Amino acid sequence: MIELIHVQKSFDGGASYAVADTCLTIPRGELLALIGESGSGKTTTLKMINRLEEPTSGQVLVAGRDVLEQNLQELRRNIGYVFQGAGLFPHHNVARNVAAVPELLGWSKELIEARSREVCDLVGLPFDDYARRIPAELSGGQQQRVGVARALAARPDVLLMDEPFGALDPITRAGLQEEFRRIQQELDLTVVLVTHDMTEAMLMADRIAVMQGGELLQVGTASELLNHPTHDYVTQLMEMPRRRAERLERLMRAAE
Amino acid sequence: MSPVLREQLLLLPEYLQGHLALTFAALGAGIAMSVPLGIVASRSPRIRHPLLATVSLIQTVPGLAILALVVAMLGGQIGFLPAFIALTLYSMLPIMRNTVSGLEGVPAEVVEAARGIGLAPRQRLWKVELPLALPVIVAGIRTAAVWTVGMATLSTLVGASSFGNYIFIGIQTRNLTAVTVGSLAAAALAILLDTLIGSLQWIAERRAIGVGLRELRRAIVLAVTLSLAFAMALVFTLKPAPKPDFIVGGKPFTEQYILASLLAERLTAEGFLVEQNIGMGSDVIFNAIGSGTVDLYVEYSGTIWGSFMRREGNPGRAEITEITQTFVRERGLNPVGLAGFQNRYALAMRRERAEELGVVSVQDLAPLASMLSAGGDLEFFGRSEWKRLQSLYDLDFAQELTFDAALMYTAVEAGQVDVISAYSTDGRVAAYDLVLLEDPRQALLSYDAMLLASSAAAQDPRFTAALAPVLGAISDEAMREANKMVDVEGRSVSEATAYLQAIINKPR
Ligand SMILES: Nc1ncnc2c1ncn2[C@@H]1O[C@H](COP(=O)(O)OP(=O)(O)O)[C@@H](O)[C@H]1O
Ligand SMILES: [Mg+2]
Repeated sequence: MIELIHVQKSFDGGASYAVADTCLTIPRGELLALIGESGSGKTTTLKMINRLEEPTSGQVLVAGRDVLEQNLQELRRNIGYVFQGAGLFPHHNVARNVAAVPELLGWSKELIEARSREVCDLVGLPFDDYARRIPAELSGGQQQRVGVARALAARPDVLLMDEPFGALDPITRAGLQEEFRRIQQELDLTVVLVTHDMTEAMLMADRIAVMQGGELLQVGTASELLNHPTHDYVTQLMEMPRRRAERLERLMRAAE
Repeated sequence: MSPVLREQLLLLPEYLQGHLALTFAALGAGIAMSVPLGIVASRSPRIRHPLLATVSLIQTVPGLAILALVVAMLGGQIGFLPAFIALTLYSMLPIMRNTVSGLEGVPAEVVEAARGIGLAPRQRLWKVELPLALPVIVAGIRTAAVWTVGMATLSTLVGASSFGNYIFIGIQTRNLTAVTVGSLAAAALAILLDTLIGSLQWIAERRAIGVGLRELRRAIVLAVTLSLAFAMALVFTLKPAPKPDFIVGGKPFTEQYILASLLAERLTAEGFLVEQNIGMGSDVIFNAIGSGTVDLYVEYSGTIWGSFMRREGNPGRAEITEITQTFVRERGLNPVGLAGFQNRYALAMRRERAEELGVVSVQDLAPLASMLSAGGDLEFFGRSEWKRLQSLYDLDFAQELTFDAALMYTAVEAGQVDVISAYSTDGRVAAYDLVLLEDPRQALLSYDAMLLASSAAAQDPRFTAALAPVLGAISDEAMREANKMVDVEGRSVSEATAYLQAIINKPR
């Protein structure tokens, strides 16, 4: 479980807030999508959960304990993090990138190898073909998949994902989204998924949190947001996928 | 092979060893200090500025001055240590600067990912930041290595042997072979070291983008081979180095090389193990005798009088000898005796020019001086003798030009200057057909060659006995002839030494 209690973050000593007074509870096993335009504070919110940033005020609890009171490295090793733009180690091949956290946790070689094989296959990168490839040889989409595999490798309960599917082609993305949702439910993972794509949010998330200019506008299921939007911006956001779907349907019918 | 070349090549192992040991020790120490300091500097901007400014400042001081300063700070100690310290200081800037910029060049998102997955600061440094910065750091080491090889040649001047011995001795004795051997050896060493570190850099660059070791096999083989070659060169040239009984020193000019070689031969013949250490400046070697790091060298009474005692006036030859001997004794040096000749300053002119102007003595020169130009060696115009010469004879030249000694002779020969501050035993005086002008008012000092020994050496009766035949045995003419053999005729120092030995051994 993750809990944000009146969390604020300012990078300029209080002149402005990247994240302003946010309260949010994410129960165990939930996939929460954090959506908003670029600069709205999504990444900053995510980083405060594993203490890559520390809140200016307020409290962040993971598994019921304040993150500031937990051992920093242990906290981070127990939380999978998929970085915006993958953030792979350029000097390590795919196998070593994926093995990074298990290695830190002192797993045995055999265990690491078996687990790496599992997660690579899971994200659609057959281990035998990709293990020895280096990041520079991979496409942006492939790098993102390695990033997801790395985050999953140490079997974390909590997963923080920062636009993890952004660079994938549409077909792979749809496949991976479904596959990921299946795994998440199967393993009962608690996930915060940052995205700016409402379709993705609606397809994958249990609940959606909408951010704008550092403010958390509304949190709820897709239907709650559709039926009871509290802000115009939420309405606009929610209408987008529907409008696109309607347009697509018209176009396709005309083509038939 | 020519005997001159063979003579030089026989010295190669010793100089190679000295050069390699200095280079690797200094580079190793430079890396050991600069990389950690670079890491600290990259972490804290507050430390970075003063730190980089300090090492940059060191870098702007000329290499020779750094050496001199280090020797002074060590209380006059000469040899490996001061050279090593100076070279280490000199190697620091490129390594530290590249460490800082290499670490700063690691992509921020990679560092953040390393933090985010739970690498502790130290693990981040070793597993992520250093491997990614390594190509840049190695490039810095490469720069430092080439500088160090070059600057190690200067360490000859503080008594550490290196390829610089070839170069400095060669320049002073006009031995082109020695200069060439030394320069080529230093260049070859620089190129090999550059290749070695270049291949390490290439490997580091590829490792930083995750290329496997297997694909870098050839570069690794090259690097290992070169490293082994260096290691073997060091080991094989490493003499079992029995500690010499005595070290004979010398200042960097031909006469001193010949005398040092002569004295070393006499001591060797007596059964002592002797090492020569030539090329140090007057101050350095004078202090080295006092502290016992050098056991014997030849100094000139006028130099002691003017440079060390800073005395003015000229009480005459006997007085100067007397007073300077007392002075050196007080400083813990031991005068063994006089060699017989003196190598004094004398104003000299081309014979033709002197006759044309009707000049025989400095007295005759005075009325003409305002139309003439004078050339001096690096010290002459700064000495009190020159002031005295000017005031006693009312000399005022149109121009006073300072030269390296060798160039000073060429300048008078070419007519660029009319009068020079020649040395009385210099072989070039005869070779260039110069006349030494008389000095009736005794403005110029006497410069008796005086053997000075360390206390340890002076107490050994076999040592003094071995040197006894030399005392009083070398005349001005003999010394001038020996100098001329080397400076003018291009013969080797050992030939000139043999010539003097013959004179000394001739029953008198
Ligand atoms: N390290 C930082 N220093 C200063 N400002 C920052 C930093 N990180 C983020 N910001 C600012 O905080 C705001 C929110 O950024 P971010 O959380 O990255 O937004 P998003 O992920 O929604 O695009 C932006 O205005 C951004 O410029
Ligand atoms: Mg972001």
